[in-house]
Amino acid sequence: MNIKLEKLSYIYNPETPFEKKALDEIDIEIDKNEFIGVIGHTGSGKSTFVQHLNGLIKPTSGKLTIDGKDITDKETKLTEVRQKVGLVFQYPEYQLFEETIYKDIAFGPENLKLDKDEVHRRVKKSMGLVGLDFEKMKDRSPFELSGGQKRRVAIAGVLAMEPKVLVLDEPTAGLDPSGRDEILEQIDRLYKEGNITIILVSHSMEDVAKLAGRVVVFSGGKIMFDGETREAFKHSKKLEELNLGVPQITKFMQKLKEKNIPVRDDVLTVEEAKIEVLKYLRGKAND
Amino acid sequence: MIKDITIGQYFPGNSFVHELDARIKILISFLFIITLFFIDSFVPYLFVLGFILLVVKVSDVPIKFIVKGLKPLMYIIVFTFFINVFLTPGTVLFQFGFLKVTEEGLYQAIFMALRLVFLVAGTSILTLTTSPISLTDGIEKLLSPFRKIGVPAHELAMMMTIALRFIPTLLEETDKIMKAQMARGADFESGNIINRGKALVPLLVPLFINAFRRAEELAIAMEARCYRGGDNRTRLNELKIDKKDIVTLVLVIGFFGIIIAMRYI
Repeated sequence: MNIKLEKLSYIYNPETPFEKKALDEIDIEIDKNEFIGVIGHTGSGKSTFVQHLNGLIKPTSGKLTIDGKDITDKETKLTEVRQKVGLVFQYPEYQLFEETIYKDIAFGPENLKLDKDEVHRRVKKSMGLVGLDFEKMKDRSPFELSGGQKRRVAIAGVLAMEPKVLVLDEPTAGLDPSGRDEILEQIDRLYKEGNITIILVSHSMEDVAKLAGRVVVFSGGKIMFDGETREAFKHSKKLEELNLGVPQITKFMQKLKEKNIPVRDDVLTVEEAKIEVLKYLRGKAND
Repeated sequence: MIKDITIGQYFPGNSFVHELDARIKILISFLFIITLFFIDSFVPYLFVLGFILLVVKVSDVPIKFIVKGLKPLMYIIVFTFFINVFLTPGTVLFQFGFLKVTEEGLYQAIFMALRLVFLVAGTSILTLTTSPISLTDGIEKLLSPFRKIGVPAHELAMMMTIALRFIPTLLEETDKIMKAQMARGADFESGNIINRGKALVPLLVPLFINAFRRAEELAIAMEARCYRGGDNRTRLNELKIDKKDIVTLVLVIGFFGIIIAMRYI
């Protein structure tokens, strides 16, 4: 699975007073089994970017190929593309519509015209992936669940398509901290189980730092940075200029370093910071 | 596709048409509709077309926008066109099986289709050049004399503001839910009528649920700010009618008068 964008631009409402250039000549290549964090301010173009990835919107100019197939080509079957690239929208719980959770999750696979057993297997598997008890939950109405549970049903609905690339647009927006952690853990587990590329759009530097191996920073419709996560957060000044900042723990370590304490300044998680600080303290005690 | 619907959309600007008092514009639109229904031949249509083109020109709204507004109504227009063509009795021009095309039918069909096009194009100028707030202020003011006989002018106006305000929101939401279901393999664009109808369920259910949720949230938000309806409410921007409004109204009434008079000459 390879997704390649070349000089891709997208303009909303062209030639009206509401005209807005959302993407400006983007170049990016996404390969198999990556975990990419997409960060950027509101209106930076990240949501427009992810909607291109499965052909929901078509570029105003430029080229987008998925596994070598040009998406604007009439020959390319968009249903196939959408099966390969699963997209979880912001607040996906508002798209639920069926009477039971089972039926709602089965909606995607049924659209793929799979047979009954396969649909059943996929629904069961995706409910497991998002931590919903199959037997207990399958016949309940999705509308009587809590916000976090609804969201998991919605994510399971996309997972049941068994995509090769899973794109999640701010999957934790509006959830409480424990709901947030659970969803992120499940995403991480899904990635580690293998054979899937995950693209996580987020406002939260902490989430991206913890999970993603590669970070793409959007600003004003352009890609400002694309590279390894550790590398990205080294440029804290630049990120702050874009009103993004770095994870608090990274910032903390950078401050320590400024005070001439010899610690690494590219840590991403509290765990890593703990090891670094302990190393330093032990080193000092030995002196 | 869904973004093509421009009903009730406001096209910001500060042209002469934009600056006209909302009440005057509503009155003119109202008179325009009445005039349109008085017309019974093609010549006055030329005047109407000229009038629309002039107003559009002055308003700085691109003509493309008006045409786009007509697109969703194309089905109704085409439908009425064919009903008229085939179902009007008269001199038979040609015949396909049991379907007869008559001279009168063809005339009537073109006539009705044009009337619909002018009706939509002309009235859409009102919403395109009047912000929803001044539009409803205008309606409220125009209806206020009827309050004495129990017409809830303010409530009606408020309902209209809310409805207009939510058209773009609902369209945006429709677009979003459609995309979300398409991402799950839903197909809204092919198949026969029954399948297409079925395909709408995953779109309509969430749309209605969200609309009800939104309505409730809005009601709570309004109550939380002590909204109590029309009595003794003051407003930030009072509508004012000045000379140019009166002059415009008089000129337009004169023009419409001529068009109506053509029927009787």
